[in-house]
Amino acid sequence: MSTDSYSIFSVLREALRGHTGWKPAWRDAAPKPAYDVVIVGGGGHGLATAHYLAKVHGITNVAVVEKGWIGGGNVGRNTTIVRSNYLLPGNVPFYEHSLKLWEGLEQDLNYNAMVSQRGVVNLFHSDGQRDAYARRGNAMRMNGIDADLLDVPELKRILPMLDFDNARFPIKGALRQKRGGTVRHDAVAWGYARAADGRGVDIIQNCEVTGFRIEGGRIEGVETTRGFIGAKKVGLSTAGNSSRVASMAGLRLPIESHVLQAFVSEGLKPFIDTVCTFGAGHFYISQSDKGGLVFGGDIDGYNSYAQRGALPTVEDVCEGGMALMPSIGRVRMLRSWGGIMDMSMDGSPIIDHTPVEGLYLNAGWCYGGFKATPAAGDCFAHLIARDAPHPVATAYRLDRFATGRTIDEKGMGAQPNLH
Amino acid sequence: MRIACPHCGTRGLDEFAYLGDATVVRPDPSAENAETAFVEYVYLRDNPAGRHRELWSHALGCQSWLVVTRDVRTHAIESVENARDVATARDQGAGQ
Repeated sequence: MSTDSYSIFSVLREALRGHTGWKPAWRDAAPKPAYDVVIVGGGGHGLATAHYLAKVHGITNVAVVEKGWIGGGNVGRNTTIVRSNYLLPGNVPFYEHSLKLWEGLEQDLNYNAMVSQRGVVNLFHSDGQRDAYARRGNAMRMNGIDADLLDVPELKRILPMLDFDNARFPIKGALRQKRGGTVRHDAVAWGYARAADGRGVDIIQNCEVTGFRIEGGRIEGVETTRGFIGAKKVGLSTAGNSSRVASMAGLRLPIESHVLQAFVSEGLKPFIDTVCTFGAGHFYISQSDKGGLVFGGDIDGYNSYAQRGALPTVEDVCEGGMALMPSIGRVRMLRSWGGIMDMSMDGSPIIDHTPVEGLYLNAGWCYGGFKATPAAGDCFAHLIARDAPHPVATAYRLDRFATGRTIDEKGMGAQPNLH
Repeated sequence: MRIACPHCGTRGLDEFAYLGDATVVRPDPSAENAETAFVEYVYLRDNPAGRHRELWSHALGCQSWLVVTRDVRTHAIESVENARDVATARDQGAGQ
């Protein structure tokens, strides 16, 4: 007898019989000749899309094709932060939908994704910045999202290690979203893969898409390194490589690929129990359950498909950290790595039809794709299944750049390396 | 990554500022299809995984605008040219 469902009883049962009954969390599927839906990209978004296609829309004849292995891309390379502290109308409902899905994720998937709502604290350093953050907090609360403005005494209680009296960037307070936090990123990929597989979805690893078969403007299937796979509908969920994949279907996207680095320190005793972001530079930090400080900052700032970054950005990120909390100065950095981001022209994503009938696009996540994983999957599945956008994702249109309806949360204009 | 500025020699990355794709050309605003052409010029990019021609400014050096040809998978730089020379050559119909 094998163990399919995870619970305290299955753990006890397996403990008593030497853990001989655990099954692989998902099958190593070989491609069938054809599917109703093929999702290109077995990252968090692709797997979540497959899960919601099967669970919400009852479409189970689905394949997820992945060029490498599940969890080997950006879903395993991010700093695991989840939050919904957005300002603009196009973004607010979407990211709050995502955070609500995070809150119920583990029950939904029967998988421990270590969802930890430890709070996200955005520091401000000037009167002007306080006003901007108060405005953002008010916008969130008007949409029913939790936000509170912290003064310095309260902040000192939560984050005593900060350099409050920094001569250049004194800390004046913070905007906090208590429901924000972190989620174990690999477990998100594995949990969605397992749940989708359990509903009959084929997860096909080491299967790279090399082209699309398009007849009369309609998708017929995908050419892969493991042969042709027919499909009535194809969803692209290949952030980082969206331009490259979409170009095989003749599309040109409003996206540049950039590298974002992330860092982890050696393991420490409990030091910081929330997510904290520096308001005067770009630096964000949290502590993993293993003890390492997990932190990051800006993208490197130039087009890159190399999953590694350059040293000036490492220095810049560490300087941000030192300005914020000088006490980490002698902590050793254990590892740094890079992931390739779809930097869109307005800093916001795209979940939409393409000009090719039956081909759908989920792209342009910049460096905010992880927190969006459940909602992106849900909304992309909705679009594919019903050919209409999910109500919370109606603004993420591909044609918004031509119609002037861009969603520029940071107000930077069409300059991807500044978002 | 180090960039060989034609005026200052080889310098570290932190002296340079990045603008983006150097192959897009500002369209003629009086052309029939100007609206479409401007959308493509402002927003759409080839974003190739390979050889990429891109604009850099030697911001903390001589402040020249440069066209760098680089492989974005390896960061190997093929050539560095003065942006002015590239633009002049293009205007004379001999550009790339």
